[in-house]
Amino acid sequence: MKVHLKVWRQKDAKSKGSMVNYDLDNVDQHMSFLEMMDTLNEQLTLKGEMPVEFDHDCREGICGTCGMMINGQAHGPVPGLTVCQLHMREFKEGDTIYVEPFRAMAFPLKRDLKIDRSAFDRIIQSGGFITANTGMPAEANNLLIVHETAESAFDSAACIGCGACVATCKNSSAALFTSAKISHLAKLPQGEQEAAKRVLKMVSKMDEEGFGHCSNTEACEVKCPQGISVLNIARMNWEFNKASLLH
Amino acid sequence: MILDAKIPAGPLEHKWSHYKEHAKLVNPANRKKLTVIVVGTGLAGASAAASLAELGYQVHSFCFQDSARRAHSVAAQGGVNAAKNYQNDGDSVYRMFYDTLKGGDFRSREANVYRLAECSLSLIDQAVAQGVPFAREYGGYLSNRSFGGVQVSRTFYARGQTGQQLLLGAYQALMRQAALGKVTLHTRHEMLDLVVVDGKAKGIIARNLDTGVIERFAAASVVIATGGFGKIYYLSTLAMGCNGSAIWRAHKRGALMACPSWTQVHPTCLPQSGDYQSKLTLMSESLRNDGRIWVPKLENETRVPNDIPEEERDYYLERRYPSFGNLAPRDISSRAAKERIDAGFGVGTQKNAVYLDFSKAIKEQGMDKIKEKYGNLFSMYKKITADDAYQSPMKISPAAHFSMGGLWVDYELMTTIPGLFAIGEANFADHGANRLGANSLLQACVDGYFILPYTLANYLAEELKTEKINTDHPEFVKAEGAVISQLNQFVQIKGSRTADSFHKELGKLLYDKCGLSRSAAGLEEAITEIKALREAFYRDLMIPGNAAEINSELEKAGRVADYLEIAELMCHDALSREESCGAHFREEYQTADGEALRNDEDYCYVSAWEWAGKDMAPVLHPEQLVFEFIKLSVRSYS
Repeated sequence: MKVHLKVWRQKDAKSKGSMVNYDLDNVDQHMSFLEMMDTLNEQLTLKGEMPVEFDHDCREGICGTCGMMINGQAHGPVPGLTVCQLHMREFKEGDTIYVEPFRAMAFPLKRDLKIDRSAFDRIIQSGGFITANTGMPAEANNLLIVHETAESAFDSAACIGCGACVATCKNSSAALFTSAKISHLAKLPQGEQEAAKRVLKMVSKMDEEGFGHCSNTEACEVKCPQGISVLNIARMNWEFNKASLLH
Repeated sequence: MILDAKIPAGPLEHKWSHYKEHAKLVNPANRKKLTVIVVGTGLAGASAAASLAELGYQVHSFCFQDSARRAHSVAAQGGVNAAKNYQNDGDSVYRMFYDTLKGGDFRSREANVYRLAECSLSLIDQAVAQGVPFAREYGGYLSNRSFGGVQVSRTFYARGQTGQQLLLGAYQALMRQAALGKVTLHTRHEMLDLVVVDGKAKGIIARNLDTGVIERFAAASVVIATGGFGKIYYLSTLAMGCNGSAIWRAHKRGALMACPSWTQVHPTCLPQSGDYQSKLTLMSESLRNDGRIWVPKLENETRVPNDIPEEERDYYLERRYPSFGNLAPRDISSRAAKERIDAGFGVGTQKNAVYLDFSKAIKEQGMDKIKEKYGNLFSMYKKITADDAYQSPMKISPAAHFSMGGLWVDYELMTTIPGLFAIGEANFADHGANRLGANSLLQACVDGYFILPYTLANYLAEELKTEKINTDHPEFVKAEGAVISQLNQFVQIKGSRTADSFHKELGKLLYDKCGLSRSAAGLEEAITEIKALREAFYRDLMIPGNAAEINSELEKAGRVADYLEIAELMCHDALSREESCGAHFREEYQTADGEALRNDEDYCYVSAWEWAGKDMAPVLHPEQLVFEFIKLSVRSYS
């Protein structure tokens, strides 16, 4: 099938960017969206032009590297997917497809669709861990965690750190990402000791990095490829208030 | 060169504790003065970097990804093994040791494998303490499931995302050390050469992938934890960026490569659908706990699977290997699938797949139970294929997955270059000729958390006495110059083919001639063809832009250039081993039933290869495997 692409091209953070038109007429509906982009890049390369730079790695939806706005939606039109799992069968012959980078002040652009999400690493560095040096821990089954608690902690821990929540949010808030880690660790008995310190530090780091505030539109949950719930944000707020009162 | 594995003397169960009790130590004040480079941030690299930083060393951590959390350990699905015997089903460290040794077709060291099983116990404790949300029973105890090649349930899991959860545990430990200033992170940096000074590893040359700048880094020791090179087959379960460049460049600086042709081809992946395809997605082996594998008995069957009656289905694994059935080890399951597909019984539009059927399990256990166990895998299957596996069987096919081979290391995980260590999938050590499911996460973690911190100290204790090398040393200047000139060479060819097109051609060639089955004639042809392809690459490669900027095509070119050399070594390796063992199946050496025919008399050794120079035949240095504690037996699963 044939598609018309309008792709954001920008040499680096300082240069001015623009949408550039590309027509592709050899698209197979079984291709993934990124394989379609590969096909475009092969054509550009052979013409001696710079291919479109985009982030990607595992191509099975778990590493969190890929991400772009497709027709204005983070990771494209299908809920619960990363771009690498989106297939061309979701598009029709002759469709015009707009492809842009995730945009947020805290995610500076590197080139084309490639962005810098190191702010996420710094949020984790501020407190997204349990202090447990190698060699210290006691026998695992001495700590009982009921099935439902373990499953609920897993639901929060499943975040892949792709940044779609930030890109989707009109305020570029990182509340869903940050709260998922806070909840994952706060739900488990291992994480209790540091819970108060963790939430205060991570929330303040999130603000410091230039992410906006959460105004509860819940758009982030809709576009999260892992279906991370906004209830994590509620949990974060509760943990934050509790910690603020006690400290 | 006589290879010394440095295996401690004494009874099997005391070797590792004896080593730890007698290894040299570095005192805390001195650790601060020592810099260690760790390349790779998967489970092995992140766990090593975090553990070393906790001890007080100055660690520099490198990865090509934009965050340490994205390393490909993240994609491991099924689980991690440990001999906890929580299920009261007869498991023990010894049994796990024996299963792993047998699973590897008796082509690994007893002492290494025993240590792996022994350290598995602490790993689960460590991961739980970090907050890894393993599956739990209703009462709160840890839950287990079974994996291929064993008859106990020793696999711990976090739904189908065990690798992700273990990696996040290690990543968070790494981030904690970064915040404390003990680890310096170098994301988006690719190691392009190893710097050797007076015979010892003293640093690396790396390219900053965001700026194109070539940088030098000096250290007291270098640890390579860059994973496997299964992506050499192009179509594989690996991430697009996985590569063999760090280990290959270390190899060219003098580190021997062991058994590079031993690649695990995973039996349960999604089949190829077209030429544009960039990867083959893995479906966890855990699915074989409840899924039954079959093909139609009728050749050129046209009915949909649900219309084919029970008696017209060939459950070939259950038929050939009744005691292990659908949980036969990976090498055996993949070969059995290939046998049926080649015989004309394959299913799907390309006739390149077999069925994995859950209808019996759904009937027996109910839909909800199956959803809870495998929900995310079924939904991943649906996302990619648009098919509902709750209603009709999955279609699966074998794909290149794991490198058993890698840099040769001794018991201390040190390569043949003093000061250069290799951990996790990057080394050849514990899995022999075939890795058992859920042992790879284990090995990566055990190497990084529990082994390297001891063995590295044993090396660094002596290193304290030698003079510190700076990055203005002539060896750094020379290595940097070579890296820059290679990058410029790629850019200047201006030919008519992309790096990917060479990679795809190489991958197809390797699947055909150095894949699930190999023959002398095929391997000899492959060597000639690889040489020709390599010449074409240096003549006809097209890389746009230049080396001083973000340039994905240039990154690929360096990796493909290395693959074109690794591939040739793989073929030499496969050709020289005139036996079949584990994943290495030589057509000339098989039993009347088509099973692997091992030759312990002549080939009970690890093939370690030395780089002899460009266009020179590699030199073989066998490391004899000595079995003191177990008796070699025919590996039977029937």
